[in-house]
Amino acid sequence: MAYLELKNVYKTYGQGADATEVLTDINLSIEEGEFVAIVGFTGSGKTTLVNLINGLLQPTSGEVLFKGEPVKDTSHDRGVIFQNYSLLPWLTVGQNVHMAVREAFPKASKSELQKRVRDFVDMVSLSPAINKRPKELSGGMRQRVAVARALAMNPEMIIMDEPLGALDALTRGNLQDEILNIWSKDKRTALLITNDVDEGIYMADRIIPLRPGPNATLGPEFKIDIERPRDKTALNDNPVYKKTRNAIIEYLMDIGNERKAVVQQEYVLPDLSPKSFVA
Amino acid sequence: MKQSLVLNKVSDLVGTKSIFGKFKIGSFKFDGNKILRKFLIPALSILLFVGLWHTGSKALFQMEADYKIEKALTDQGREAAEAMQACIASGDVSCQPNTLPSPSQVWQSLQSLIADHKVISADKKAFAEKTAGINAKREAEGKAPITYTGRPSFVDQIFTSLKTVFAGFLLALIIAVPIGIVIGLSPVLRSSFNWLIQIFKPVSPVVWLLLVFMIVKTMTKDSNSDSAFIISFISVGLCAMWATLVNTAMGVSSVDKDYINVAKVLKLRPLQKVFKVILPSSLPLIFTGLRITLSVAWMVLIAIELLAQSPGLGSFVWEEFQNGAIDSNSKIIVAMFVIGIIGFLLDRLMLTIQNMVSFNKNDAI
Repeated sequence: MAYLELKNVYKTYGQGADATEVLTDINLSIEEGEFVAIVGFTGSGKTTLVNLINGLLQPTSGEVLFKGEPVKDTSHDRGVIFQNYSLLPWLTVGQNVHMAVREAFPKASKSELQKRVRDFVDMVSLSPAINKRPKELSGGMRQRVAVARALAMNPEMIIMDEPLGALDALTRGNLQDEILNIWSKDKRTALLITNDVDEGIYMADRIIPLRPGPNATLGPEFKIDIERPRDKTALNDNPVYKKTRNAIIEYLMDIGNERKAVVQQEYVLPDLSPKSFVA
Repeated sequence: MKQSLVLNKVSDLVGTKSIFGKFKIGSFKFDGNKILRKFLIPALSILLFVGLWHTGSKALFQMEADYKIEKALTDQGREAAEAMQACIASGDVSCQPNTLPSPSQVWQSLQSLIADHKVISADKKAFAEKTAGINAKREAEGKAPITYTGRPSFVDQIFTSLKTVFAGFLLALIIAVPIGIVIGLSPVLRSSFNWLIQIFKPVSPVVWLLLVFMIVKTMTKDSNSDSAFIISFISVGLCAMWATLVNTAMGVSSVDKDYINVAKVLKLRPLQKVFKVILPSSLPLIFTGLRITLSVAWMVLIAIELLAQSPGLGSFVWEEFQNGAIDSNSKIIVAMFVIGIIGFLLDRLMLTIQNMVSFNKNDAI
């Protein structure tokens, strides 16, 4: 039995005539310890999919099963890293992490909690900034706090919703490595939602494209058979990398073209000619 | 941002002072622009204001005097008119025209009010010393001590008013913030209480006073407590609480969805969610409401004191108006300035507290 399973999931927003079906017939299964990336265009319903999995939303029909149990609510077992960091601006870095840790380990003593907060802030190398508020940090640092907050709760599965989308290329690369490091230490199950194919190939075991919404659905999966740890610079010359990358991009391009083709309409011009005043 | 602005102002103020010091000792190295902007222009505007006031009051005085002489002439003949003219010119109290007082008169009244305060407080002190022995004895016998029942001074009135306004403000805070939170959290409650808020919000302070009077009068019938104070502070609270109520409800109901999602993912319990996420994020709006409430409370207080016969600045103004003494008008103007300055200081106080407790929502993500 799969660790996380989505069976014929549909999600519709609105009701009656205004209803828009965002997700159509989503089927997905993720095994324990696997790192899966879902790649899709912006606005294709990626965040809706994440919220269905983490329990913030309920599917209109179909089921989301986590370890065989239907997902009814959020859970500490599934840690979420949000797209826009979602740090509480009135709390310091330490307090933001502490709030999560205290919820996840209600029985732990004060000093244990403090230690855990320090460890995880240290893990994302933000110890010097532990008493700073989010607005004093750069985007990359904020996202690292979000990573620390999610991981400090010791979730069995990490769900990342375009976690690096708002960062510059260099910070992005560093954080990718940091996340991979943390993941490889205890091989938690991870689901990464991204719009960057290269990021997906570098980090994941499997890539599944999300066809653009409305009526978004998952495309065929692409396995990434590249040994870990992967070397970013060597990756460019890796034939498997090249092949997979091309296949995925080709697939996404085809979808894009299909989309354009659907939009293309022939406009029949009326048969008009200027009236002649000469005759 | 706001905080830094305030800081800037403070440093500017300090800067002006030191520049002024340098100016005095004769070293002419100063920032002319700054002096102009921070000191000269405000000083000029104050001078202009006082000048206009002075000429205006002089003109009004002349009009009133002319009218008085004219009246004496038509009613009693030439002799009476000349006597009146001489009387006005001599500055005799019995025949002074009653009109807008000039700045210098107001200044004199301020000084006489301060002198009056000194006399009364000396009197109070003497009374306290005289009755100390008797009061100790009475206390031992279980009787109430003898208290000073003389006329309150102007400064006493200010403190009475401040006491009333803070009591009213606290009442508004205690009523409006919890109700605002509850209403803000539940859309059902919000829509069911909206009519009540919308109808009662614009009701005039006078009507609130009468309503409170109806209720408190009955409830305090048997006790000999200070019902004028109770009536006025409750009315102030009821008049002023609406801004806080509406702002709190709005702040609580419009918390950023991201923060709510965080609370859900962390699985905070409902009460924790309110205290750890919803309240901190709506604090800026709640404080904006409280600031409006305090300034409304101060504004309304004067009218309510005046009507409720409760001691304070409002009744001071009313008594002086009824009194009709030669310096009554200038005392009213003194009270006007004092009310304005205290209102300004109260607003500044709230602004400072607001800056201390709330984060800046715009800068933070």
